[in-house]
Amino acid sequence: MGIRIALAGNPNCGKTTLFNALTGSNQFVGNWPGVTVEYKEGKYKSNKEVTIVDLPGIYSLSPYTLEEVVSRNYLIDQKPEAIINVIDGTNLERNLYLTTQVVELGIPVVIAINMMDVVEKNGDKINTAKLSEEIGVPVVEISALKNRGLKEIVDCAIKAAREADPQSPKHRFAGSVEHAFAHIEELCLHDMTDENVQRWYAIKLFERDEKIQEKLGLSQDVIAHINKDIESCEKELDDDAESIITGERYNYIGTIINGCVKKAAKGMTTSDKIDQVVTNRWLALPIFAIVMYLVYYISVTTVGGWATDWANDGVFGDGWHLFAIGTSAYTEDADEYAGNQLIVDGYDAYVEENGKKPTGDFEYPVEDEETLEVTYETASLEDYKEAKSYMDSTEEPDPADYGIWIPGVPVFVESALDAAHCNDVVKSLILDGIVAGVGAVLGFVPQILILFIFLAFLEACGYMARVAFIMDRIFRKFGLSGKSFIPMLIGTGCGIPGIMASRTIESDRDRKMTIMTTTFIPCGAKLPFIAMVAGAIFGGASWVAPSAYFLGIGAIIISGIMLKKTKLFAGDPAPFVMELPAYHWPTLGNVLRSMWERGWSFIKKAGTIILLSTIVIWFLTFFGMVDGSIQMLEEDQIDVSFLATVGKAFAWLFAPLGFGNWQATVASVTGLVAKENIVGTLGIIYGASGDVYATMAAAFTAASGFAFLAFNLLCAPCFAAMGAIKREMNNTKWFWTAIGYQCGFAWIVALICYQVGKVFTGEGFTFGTIFGIAGICLIVYGLVRKDKYNAK
Amino acid sequence: MKTLRDVNVGETVTVAKISGEGAVKRRIMDMGITKGVEIYVRKIAPLGDPVEVTVRGYELSVRKADAEMIIIKED
Repeated sequence: MGIRIALAGNPNCGKTTLFNALTGSNQFVGNWPGVTVEYKEGKYKSNKEVTIVDLPGIYSLSPYTLEEVVSRNYLIDQKPEAIINVIDGTNLERNLYLTTQVVELGIPVVIAINMMDVVEKNGDKINTAKLSEEIGVPVVEISALKNRGLKEIVDCAIKAAREADPQSPKHRFAGSVEHAFAHIEELCLHDMTDENVQRWYAIKLFERDEKIQEKLGLSQDVIAHINKDIESCEKELDDDAESIITGERYNYIGTIINGCVKKAAKGMTTSDKIDQVVTNRWLALPIFAIVMYLVYYISVTTVGGWATDWANDGVFGDGWHLFAIGTSAYTEDADEYAGNQLIVDGYDAYVEENGKKPTGDFEYPVEDEETLEVTYETASLEDYKEAKSYMDSTEEPDPADYGIWIPGVPVFVESALDAAHCNDVVKSLILDGIVAGVGAVLGFVPQILILFIFLAFLEACGYMARVAFIMDRIFRKFGLSGKSFIPMLIGTGCGIPGIMASRTIESDRDRKMTIMTTTFIPCGAKLPFIAMVAGAIFGGASWVAPSAYFLGIGAIIISGIMLKKTKLFAGDPAPFVMELPAYHWPTLGNVLRSMWERGWSFIKKAGTIILLSTIVIWFLTFFGMVDGSIQMLEEDQIDVSFLATVGKAFAWLFAPLGFGNWQATVASVTGLVAKENIVGTLGIIYGASGDVYATMAAAFTAASGFAFLAFNLLCAPCFAAMGAIKREMNNTKWFWTAIGYQCGFAWIVALICYQVGKVFTGEGFTFGTIFGIAGICLIVYGLVRKDKYNAK
Repeated sequence: MKTLRDVNVGETVTVAKISGEGAVKRRIMDMGITKGVEIYVRKIAPLGDPVEVTVRGYELSVRKADAEMIIIKED
């Protein structure tokens, strides 16, 4: 029969390193059912009969944090055959606290004292034989990093599992406490045959652990009876039951530590010296800014940005040059060619329009690719002559002439489909539906991987805890963690890695809050849309773009304050008592593994939803009823597509927001595929009659235009980001709650922008203004109402 | 009554009692801040909160609001 060995230990005790060293690549990483806590399982390298389960890092088996509850339930209900309790040898005292609880579970335990190499380097001495005798379980010295003692510890655990003779805990509590245990056992636990298990339940009942009371199905009478025993004990020891137990455990550890550990005279360790600089009162913030700048610069602006462009425009676009050789030369030539063509085309257009050649300078239009903004440049006849001779002598540059050109997946697939004489519908499904959908999933992976190299490094080296320490004061006011800073920062580049970055936040509530609010920050894909609205509706006003960021930050702050008072986020307040682990240099293997796990989990868990929704939108966009039959459409026939039908059906929803027309509705829907699509869709819809910007300016007023902008910035993000939200929430209810909240909040904000905005743009006070003011009142109420769920 | 919040940076104090109840108290105690333990207040975060303390040989970050629950011995 197979053996399951659970790894239990504090965070930062090197448990993950040990797990990786024991299982190698035989790992399964997932989530505990329905929660955001990670689950890891793997087969032992040297014996496939042995399964190793990596429990979340925990300090205690209390019923208060998700990680602790998950670990506790696993240990009690699934009863693994043995537990390896991993202990950080440089911090025995606090690590042994968990040990005192783990040995009570009635499961054979062996202790692995990890980081022995560091202990020895510090000159400390641990008498493991004595420690083993005191606690009553085998103790093995290991160093997961240096591959020391790994075989011994697993062999030891296998032996313990085979013998199946769990240790009896050696520690005893104060006389009156033991007396109360005896009473409790007699009263309601006498059916249990295993003495150890009986004792464990007695301790939990003494602590008034509600989850255990429930589990045992105790009647109110019995609980009241037990309470009497507990109360007399509490009176005698002048503390509450839980604290008595905790205090007794630490006192017990204190007595054994003195006999087993000799610490070398302690000077400043390297870690202390680093910390003195890094979290120094004056230097901390500048250093923090530099670190964050580097993370952003590399994972968003430069390497990450290139990777995303390469994946989206290269692999899932036209194609790319191998190693980017020739790209810049090609771009330069292509730009020159395009520039000259514009002048020649402009000249021809002038001739056509005026029926004669220009006699002097003439104007020609230049369209911005991203925002579709059209500007006019002036060219002289001299310019035209030059351009004309350039055009006559030059062929359009072919990327293949500049280096090794690798065509993108769509190009490749298209030519394959053409060669197979594929039906147009199937071709469109494959190209615009499936390939585009797969591209949307995979396009973000390179950037996620790059970002996660950084995050894994910052986490493993110990700086991430300092980020929380430095930023806590600002973020906790909004129900967020100091670590929420990173998801928000990355979110300005792309929301998907931003959402994924919330993984580093320990507190479940802070993490969910961060996931829900990160995408309020305008990401890179929203920028062309913001620029388009600013250009078309506000005449290029410079305040529009910054206002989008203020709107995003405001939305996060307001949502944080409002949400933390709702029932959703009710419950025991999670105290911010956080270990600041010693700095150490992470191993490359662990960093890369963590990076890969996260990238892969995005593909696996988010991929399906992204792919499916892209296909649905493809169908709605490219099909429609024409002359009573369903037909496949061209891109510019969007006005008769099913999407337009849907848009017309739901446009009334947006009427109070000032853009209750199908065009705006359809653009918002295509924005769900990718936010930059809004610009393209509006271009098609409004471009039919000529100038996109002019048509848009006529379709929107200042108030409705800003409402349209606000709604699209704050509502549900693109499908890829929704996939990331689904993956990180790991819970369908929470996923829909997040999306629903984002859309609802966006709707109300847009309502306020439009209705109240109208008053200030000269339309005066109307009936609708009342609703706008009601919207403001609703938000203000959400902000100031009493926090009845988390009252202290 | 003096609490951990009132302790200056660089001082070492002894815990007399932890007030409060429930999850917050349990968490503080789980991390090793129990009756009779010595706490060294190491530094304050650059924005003034939380504080970093050394307890049982390791570094811990505690918010000032939570530090108020930790009552210390006065001599």
